[in-house]
Amino acid sequence: MSAGIDLDNVVCDFGSFRAVDHVNVSIQPGEFFSFLGPSGCGKTTILRMISGFIEPTGGVIRIGGKDVRGQRPNQRPTALIFQNLALFPLMPIWENIAFGLEVRGVNKATRRKRAEELLALVDLPGAADKMVSQLSGGQKQRVAIARALAVEPSVMLLDEPLSALDLKLRQHMRAELRAIQKRTGVTFIYITHDQGEALAMSDRVGVMSQGRLQQVSNPRDIYNNPVNGFVASFVGENNVLTGPVAAPTGGFAVMETPHGRFRARIADGVSGQGVKLFVRPEHMRFSDSPTAENSTPVTVTEVAFEGNFISVHAQSDSGMTFLSELRNDGSAPIPAVGTRLHVSFDPAVAAILPDASIARG
Amino acid sequence: MHDMFKRYGTGLTTMILLVTAFWILILLILPNLTMFESSFRPYLPVTEVGGPRDVYSFANYGRILGAHTDLSVLGITFEVPVRVKVFILTIYYSAVVTLITFALAYPLAYYLAKIVSPKSLPTLFLLLFVPLWVSEILRSFAWFIILAFKGPLNVALMSLGIIDSEIRWIAGFSPVIIGLVYTYVLFMLFPLYNSMQSLDSNQIEAAEDLGSPWWRTHWRVILPHAKPGIASGAVMVFMLSAGSLLVPSLLGSTTSGWFTQTIQGVMLEEADWNTGAAFAFLLLIVCTLFVSLMMRVFGVRLSDIAK
Repeated sequence: MSAGIDLDNVVCDFGSFRAVDHVNVSIQPGEFFSFLGPSGCGKTTILRMISGFIEPTGGVIRIGGKDVRGQRPNQRPTALIFQNLALFPLMPIWENIAFGLEVRGVNKATRRKRAEELLALVDLPGAADKMVSQLSGGQKQRVAIARALAVEPSVMLLDEPLSALDLKLRQHMRAELRAIQKRTGVTFIYITHDQGEALAMSDRVGVMSQGRLQQVSNPRDIYNNPVNGFVASFVGENNVLTGPVAAPTGGFAVMETPHGRFRARIADGVSGQGVKLFVRPEHMRFSDSPTAENSTPVTVTEVAFEGNFISVHAQSDSGMTFLSELRNDGSAPIPAVGTRLHVSFDPAVAAILPDASIARG
Repeated sequence: MHDMFKRYGTGLTTMILLVTAFWILILLILPNLTMFESSFRPYLPVTEVGGPRDVYSFANYGRILGAHTDLSVLGITFEVPVRVKVFILTIYYSAVVTLITFALAYPLAYYLAKIVSPKSLPTLFLLLFVPLWVSEILRSFAWFIILAFKGPLNVALMSLGIIDSEIRWIAGFSPVIIGLVYTYVLFMLFPLYNSMQSLDSNQIEAAEDLGSPWWRTHWRVILPHAKPGIASGAVMVFMLSAGSLLVPSLLGSTTSGWFTQTIQGVMLEEADWNTGAAFAFLLLIVCTLFVSLMMRVFGVRLSDIAK
């Protein structure tokens, strides 16, 4: 049975350092939710507060609607998968997996049977009597998941469990984790600094910076409609322009920059200083002549073939380097270095955004 | 070895090797071999050494079976040779001392290794080390004073109303046990601390997260990890206790004979070095066998201890 989690104005201070600053989020039962942010943003602190290793300084944490403040980790219906997995090296694999059942007084035959079932679930049959040191990185990963699933948690907490794996295995395990989550229906809370992982696996992503939750939304929305500069620049690449902004009309505004006038989407209430214009490299277009708007003349300075896309650097006459990514599907010609072109973008895919929300009013 | 010659040059390396060889051969192996050889020879006047009566035999070892006394175990009384009784009690009480030092050192080692903040660790270690700067003889005398019939311990207990009349602490083996525990507890603490410190704290948290109460986490995760440390600490404390002469001599009573005292008596009072050597080797052999047996029982390998 899975449970939802509510974080209600949760604050956590370490001395004078505020690690988690008034975080509010409701995670649905059975949801795959990721906290995404750079190291030191407070995401691991949130995970440790949910699992019970740290008590929040303020606010309420509810699991399945019940306030869990004051409960020790061994009393909570959560299971944590540690970054280094923390398997017990002196126990064989099956005892590792069945440890939570042993604690609950389940008899040995049942424990063994359940461990075998879980090993089958995580696609690792026949490993029951091996020792942890005999397994590869990916296999240890599966054992850690099986060990956590054995206690039938309502909520699984995963602390960057894939960070130690190589790229291929990491991509494979992403799909695997997602499949296990769907199969078991348990709420997964996943902590990562890897945007690719968060976007690929999650139902919803919470982007964090400096202890504050910046945006909570589905992966597409996070990428396509970031609410502020931090989210935009942390998730994916951007061309960033700065300058004074004219009064918005119809959800769009014009920014005066040294590199030209650019029109882009703007949210209500955003204006004035500290705003920047963000546009993704894949939305930059090249043309031989200037387009109606959002266009500036450039010289191509670098063309890098990346396989599935081609990365093009082009410098404007005013000195700004624009980054563009062209798909390797023949839909657009690949410019040569030194070519004079015009770069432009659609106002609908660019956004004028404020900086991260840090200070709380 | 080749590296060593390269790094320190031929002269210095040869020096180091010679000094080490001198230490091991001349100061360790040779005296022991001499003792071992003399333990099989009879104790004779100087004029007869090398004479027709100076032949090898086990007679010295047999002398442990001399005069008899009673030994009660679980209400059943046996008649045993008095030196065998002292021998058995020495082994037994050394094991008791080892158990007590473990019981004291385990929680302390866990506290130092996993709970205390690294900032206050140097201070705590200093506090633990300071008593070691005082010589063993002074520390044993201190306990003799503390445990005296009209000593501070009895006075304190009586003034607190815990006891009505003085307790005779210095009787039987209790003061010897107290003295040995105090003297050797750090030999248990440090190996335990080292082995616990190398345990990944995440494993302790993982066990708790899986629902384990604290005692089961200790039993299944921390204790197994600390086993090599426990083993090396236990071997050291046991061997040192069984071989201790000072503490049993100072804190012992007439009823608490320690086998080292028997050896001392034979060697110094009877001036019979041959029999003394035989007894000393008996103690060494039996202690080694006992330790090997315990290691077998608890599944500890010699390579674990050497870590």
